[in-house]
Amino acid sequence: MDDRITLRLARYRPEEEAEPTFEEYEVPCRKDWVVLDGLNYIKDQLDGTLSFRWSCRMGICGSCGMTVNGEPKLTCETFLTDYAPGPVRIEPLQNFPVIRDLIVEMTDFMQKLTTIKPWIVRDEERPLAEGEYRQTPDEMSEYMQYSMCINCMLCYAACPVYSLDPKFIGPAAIALAQRYNLDSRDEGSGERLDILSQHEGIWACTFVGECTEVCPKDVDPAGAIQRYKLDAALTSLKSFLLPWGAR
Amino acid sequence: MSERPTYTPFHPRWYRPPVSTWWWLKRPSSRAFILRELSSIFVAWFVVFFLLLVAAVGRGEAAYQEFLRWATNPGSVLINLVSLLFVVFHAVTWFNLAPRAMVVHIRGKRVPGKLIAASNYGAWVVTSILVAWIILAGSR
Amino acid sequence: MVKRTLTLEPLLWLLFSAGGVVAALVIPVLLLLFGLAFPLGWLSPPSHAHMLAVLGHPLSRVTIFVSCTLLLFHWAHRFRYTLYDGLQIKHLNELIVLLCYGGVLVGSIAAGYLVWQLP
Repeated sequence: MDDRITLRLARYRPEEEAEPTFEEYEVPCRKDWVVLDGLNYIKDQLDGTLSFRWSCRMGICGSCGMTVNGEPKLTCETFLTDYAPGPVRIEPLQNFPVIRDLIVEMTDFMQKLTTIKPWIVRDEERPLAEGEYRQTPDEMSEYMQYSMCINCMLCYAACPVYSLDPKFIGPAAIALAQRYNLDSRDEGSGERLDILSQHEGIWACTFVGECTEVCPKDVDPAGAIQRYKLDAALTSLKSFLLPWGAR
Repeated sequence: MSERPTYTPFHPRWYRPPVSTWWWLKRPSSRAFILRELSSIFVAWFVVFFLLLVAAVGRGEAAYQEFLRWATNPGSVLINLVSLLFVVFHAVTWFNLAPRAMVVHIRGKRVPGKLIAASNYGAWVVTSILVAWIILAGSR
Repeated sequence: MVKRTLTLEPLLWLLFSAGGVVAALVIPVLLLLFGLAFPLGWLSPPSHAHMLAVLGHPLSRVTIFVSCTLLLFHWAHRFRYTLYDGLQIKHLNELIVLLCYGGVLVGSIAAGYLVWQLP
């Protein structure tokens, strides 16, 4: 119980300073404590001005992503004891503008998510009276993995291509596009291809693979992007060779 | 494509850290990445080396012997050794990543990724043996 | 419907991938033989007559030309992105494209000429 660990927190108070600074806090290092518990301890006991996002504490909501010792992590499932004796460096997610302390601006990500039409697109909606769109378990397993994303943005924080070119649409959005493309009920892959085959779409990805490594839900965005590239390239080759062919 | 968010009165100031030119040295995975990408230079070198061989063979017996002698100089052996290591690294990463880009269905069943990777390695072994056999059939 | 901009990127990526497969399958064995095994005397090199017969076969000529072109496309694509991302010099795009795909053109013509002139 007496074990303690030092957290080096990036603080940024835009009304006072032009660049982030670091401040150190000592918190108890209990066996069952994650980084988020440490942050809440600071907020409750040591410094109420600290700002950070969190909600569910169980790896579902995707809001507590931060950079822990240089690695993008969900702070609710990153244990303090793994970093003993410390100190642990905690910074906001990389590649996003910082609003305050550990909070980043995520409008860019939210806008990108909607551009790929993350819903089931039908050429013609079936009338309600005809019942639901049905799907077999095999058909569902085709896209299941890509539907596990919790929008925690760790993949964007890890992606070197996104850091260099913020116009890149990014790992989670492309994996989400693939999730709908592979859905047997969806007919929107052509519309999504028009958006994604732009340069900032999929071709900017050089398969560094960092997104897959940091993903807390094993979505494998890097794999999704490569699959999508292959599909998109073959589709565009087909439409190049057979320009009159319907797609 | 979406634009970057614009500044608003509610967010008077943001902090945006710059990206270092040497970002690819920072993490082990990005170091492996940059080595993989640099393998392309050695692929280009191989094309040059191989075309020199083709040219020498085309010019006749003497030129071919001259090429074989030139290939024994330490510089050439060293660059070919380094190239071999890089291209093998390329091959291994390529075959390991293949199942993630290629999803194959046979009779409605999804072929497991390990099998796709294994078939790639199998093709590598078969091609290598075939090429070596064709060339070594003429060894003196 | 979004206006579809004509882009070469998918085609270049396909050529890059095809070249990547060729590189992985055949370069290691050829480099091992001609770069190390023959020069270091581990194996004795094939006779000139044999090499001429192997390389001069019509099928080999086509294969060598196509393979070299694909390998160069593989190099061009990867090297181009390495320059963009590794050195952050995307603003020199025109120069980089000229260097990479100019290299492909020159190398490919050279390969075509060399297999064509084989006796």
